[in-house]
Formats: sequence, structure tokens, C-alpha cells
Amino acid sequence: MPEATTKVMLPADFADAPISVFRRSLNFLVTVAAVTAVVLVLLPLGAVFGYLIYKGMGSINWAFLTQIPKPPGEAGGGMANAIAGSVYILLIASCMGVPLGIGAGIYLSEYGRGTRFGNLIRFTADVLNGVPSIIVGIVAYGLVVLSQGHFSALAGGVALAIMMVPTITRTTEEMLLLVPQAVREAAYGLGVSRWRTTLSITLRTATSGVITGVMLAFARVAGETAPLLFTAFGNQYWNWKMNQPTAALSLQIFTYAISPFDEWHRQAWAGALILIVLIVASVGAVRLVANRGMLKGTN
Amino acid sequence: MANRALGAPRLTGPQPVSEQAVTAAKGTQVQSLISAGDSQRADAVFFYAMLACGMSVLALVGLIVYELLTKSSLSWHAFGWKFFFRSEWDPVNDQFGALPFVYGTIVSSILALIIAVPLAIGVAVFITEMSPRWMRGALAFTTELLAAIPSVIYGLWAIFVLVPLLRQYVQPGLAKYLGWTSLFEGPPYGIGMLAAGIILAIMVVPIISSITREVMTAVPQQQREAVLALGATRWEMIRTGVLRNARAGIAGGIILGLGRALGETMAVTMVIGNRPEIAKSLFAPGYTMASVIANEFSEATGDVYLSALVEVGLALFIVTIIVNILAQFLVWTVTRGTPARSHA
Repeated sequence: MPEATTKVMLPADFADAPISVFRRSLNFLVTVAAVTAVVLVLLPLGAVFGYLIYKGMGSINWAFLTQIPKPPGEAGGGMANAIAGSVYILLIASCMGVPLGIGAGIYLSEYGRGTRFGNLIRFTADVLNGVPSIIVGIVAYGLVVLSQGHFSALAGGVALAIMMVPTITRTTEEMLLLVPQAVREAAYGLGVSRWRTTLSITLRTATSGVITGVMLAFARVAGETAPLLFTAFGNQYWNWKMNQPTAALSLQIFTYAISPFDEWHRQAWAGALILIVLIVASVGAVRLVANRGMLKGTN
Repeated sequence: MANRALGAPRLTGPQPVSEQAVTAAKGTQVQSLISAGDSQRADAVFFYAMLACGMSVLALVGLIVYELLTKSSLSWHAFGWKFFFRSEWDPVNDQFGALPFVYGTIVSSILALIIAVPLAIGVAVFITEMSPRWMRGALAFTTELLAAIPSVIYGLWAIFVLVPLLRQYVQPGLAKYLGWTSLFEGPPYGIGMLAAGIILAIMVVPIISSITREVMTAVPQQQREAVLALGATRWEMIRTGVLRNARAGIAGGIILGLGRALGETMAVTMVIGNRPEIAKSLFAPGYTMASVIANEFSEATGDVYLSALVEVGLALFIVTIIVNILAQFLVWTVTRGTPARSHA
């Protein structure tokens, strides 16, 4: 009797029993469908990058990188002011968004762990993360543009900073939570005060992770256009004043892409290539540095 | 506990600093750490500074709500609920109704989901259940790269590559074979609801597939082995053992994708045609809530006009918040209990 039971349980016995043609072909069809889905998803990715490089490379030249735009319809000119403007706005945004985000992350992991108030802030950060960027633009407009009386680089920076905060907050928190409690206790045990422990021991231990989070936030806002439309507004000339309208690469790409001029279309592709290179390079460089530090265990 | 934590040097995240202990023995660095300032007062100052940073997150959301509410009150008082059911959009006579934008937002987002959901689930199934191990990381990374491309670059690509493609090949074909459904009628401009739906689909696929992947990974391995041991084919295993267990989380991923699609601005603005009309055909141009704000906000003259645009923004804000909270809840019901994995 036990022999019979064992026999029934053995999967090898099922191997002899034929799986019906229907089930086998359904299995095959689904596999084919999944592979097709992968191909269909990778296709646009390849097409976007392919076109960026193909169209962009042909249009990037010294003039594009060093000159400001020519009047509509005239050949030549470049996006130097827009590239600089993007960097300028991102700097302003980082100066405000990074400390706020890291501070909020420190609060969540070091003081707000498990408390109701901490959970509320964490939840709110997730809500803020899901707010459409165009809405953030409206708010920055109301806060800065209306009170200053005109569009400005500062307004653009404020909009992007608002978008950076939740990402940085959540990654900083996650990274600090990975630092073992014993490391903090060791510092306390040596008589180091709590704030000193947090900054010099906990945060320092998590540096590479925190930097990665900051770069993720940076990459996310670097290509943002919608919140800049009515904050930084764009500018055909150089501007280094905080309270004046400023050009940005993403805005310039948008304006040129929907314009009727072939010359501007060409420059839009070139600008897009520069933008994506800036994003990938900044993220890649910091990742590399952060990873190396982590491997040595010194950061 | 302490020993284990300090003695485990190969964590994936930040590393415990063992030198600290070494320098502690020497006493020099610790001395400088201890002597820095009146520690009790400094501790309090530091706590309040961090608390202020934390509160700033609350303040930001509060500020957004306050700004949207106050700036839209004029339009709210003028039109009330009817604002969302009127299709007039007449800045000259100060008559505003958001129905065409609501319609355009819903239709383009749903179209995007219809295209994106099967693809995203297919990709997730392939990556987690079918692909050879060496391909897994590369594929996951590549699909996530799609999410890193700025919206304006998608728009640029759509204008110059996708739209001509649609105009020349896809739309005539659709009109010929599916024209009788009256969804594919009218002149094939290329730009319009269909183009917006497709570009949105490309943009939400990585979100849906990465969440789907996450919840599928959270399904215990024994579940798969049990179904396979009963003689199921691989597809039957995936369907009954994995997808059925992960369905709430997958629904969460889809809704998260919906949230992204609803609020997406630039790429849609560049290809949807920007005409406040409600047309049955997907070839016809339309307008979305986010696009109308993007296009008209900086040119809006007149208080009611501006206020009407902010009210559109307020509605968009409320809907995306609800959608996002729902999605996070659904994902959480599946992934709770499994160790948290960081995802961007």
C-alpha cells in the first residue's frame, strides 16, 4: 500500500502522462507574448537614444556650446545661455532642497522612528512625491513670481527644490536606517553627544547612500520643464541675476521643438542630447565615486 | 548583536566604520568630538533644526493646498460644481468649463494604460520568471532607464518620429480596418489623442513593470515549486502561483502608472494638439488638464481666467493624490512582511 502512494507522488510519473496539446501551446504562446512585450518596450528606448545621438551629434558644434540664440529663422547661434541657466537654476534648487531633504531624513530616522508624527511626515513626503510637476509650478508662481512681480531664476529654483525634497528625505531616511544601532551606541558610550554622533558617525557612515539619493533627485528635476514654464520662464540672453527670467535647457528644447524652423529643430535635438548627457554623466560620476568609497569602507 | 553588526563588513548599504573604534583607542578624534560645544544645548538646537526640516515637508504640502485653494476661489464662486461639466472655454467672455480637459486627461490616460499594462506585465513576467539569470539585471536596468528620460525629450521624439510614423502608416491602416468602430475616423493628422496615449504608454511602462516585478518577487518561492510539483506548465505556474497572489500589488502598480499619466505634462502637450474639443475619434486633437495649465498659465490675463486654470490644477492635484495613496496602499498589502527594497 505505501508503495502505491509513493508512486502517485513521484513527479517522474507525470512526465509520462502527456500534457495536453492545448496546455503546451498556451504555455508556448505566453512565452512568445512575454518576449514580444520585452522587444516592444525596448524598441522605443532604442529609438529615442538612437535618434538623440543621430540627430544631436550632427548639430553640436562649438557655436552651439558658446553662443546665445540667434533671432528666429537665422542660422547659427547656440544654447550656451540655456546650458548655463539650467546649471544655475539647479544650483539654486540644490542649495535649498538638499539640506531640507537631508534634515527631514535625519529627523525621520533618528527622532521620528515609529512615532505617529514621524509616520505623518513620511506619508506627507510620499504624497509630495506624487504631486504633478505642473502643480508645483503653479505654487512657485504664487509664492515667488507674484511677490517679486516678475518671472525669475529664484522661482524656478524654488519649484525644483520642492520637487527634490521628498526624494532626498526618503532615501536619506532609508540609508540612515541601514546604519547599525550599535554604531550609534558605540559613539554614545564614548561620551559623544547625540548631534555629533548623528552628523559625524551616522550620517558619515551613510554618506555614499545619501549622495546617491541626492543624485537621483537631481537627475529627476534636471530635465523638468513643466514647473519652469511660468517660473524661470526662459530668456534669449545671458542672465545671472536671481530675480530675472532665466533660460533653461529643457525650456529651450520645448520652445524649439514646437517652433516652425528647421534650424531650431536641429538645435532642439542637440540640446536634448546635451541634457541627457549631463544627467547621465552627473549620476554616473557620483555613483562611481560613491561606490568606490563604499568598497574601501572609508566613506 | 553589537559584535555581529560591527563584524559584518559586506552590507549592501552604508558600511559600519570600524576605524572609529581604532581612533577611539587613540583618543584623539573622540576627544575632539566630545569637546565640541555645550552638548546639551547643542543637542536641543540640532533636534529643533531637524524637526524644522521635517515640518517643512508638512508645510510644503500645506502650502500647495493653500495656494491652490485661495487662487482658485474666484472661479469656484463663479461657476461652482458646474465648472467640471461645462465645455465652454472662452477667455474673452470669461466663461470657463473644464469638461474637455477632464475628458482629454481621462481618455489619454486610459488609452495609455490599455497599451502599457499588457506590455509592462509581460516584461515583468519575462524578467522575474523566464529570463536567464544573466539577462535579468541588464533588462531591469534598461527598462528603468526609460523612466530617467525627461518628459520633454519624449515629446521631442514624439513630434519628429512617432507622429510622422502614425500619420503615414499607422493611422491610415487603422482607419481602413477599424474605421467602422468610429474610434478611428477623420483626417490622420498624426498629432492627437492617439499619439498622446502612445507616448504616455511608453512613459508609464517602467513604473508599472518595476512595481509588478517587486510584488512578483515578494511571492514566496515555495508557491511556485508547489504549483510546478502538481504538474503545471510554466504559464499555469505563473498564472495560479504568482500573478494570482500578486494581483493586489499589480493593481497598485497600474494605479501608480495612472497617477503618473494623469499629471504628465510636457510630452502630452507637444503631441495632443491642444484643442478644447470633445471628439469620439482618437485621431482628433484634444487637450488635457496639465497641458492647458502649461500652455495658458503664463498668458492668462484676467483674474477669472487665471483662477479657472488654478482650479483645473486643484482638481488634478486632488485626483492624483487619491490615486497615489490608493496605489501605495495596494502595493503595501502585498509587499508588507517582506524585507523593504529600495526603489526610486
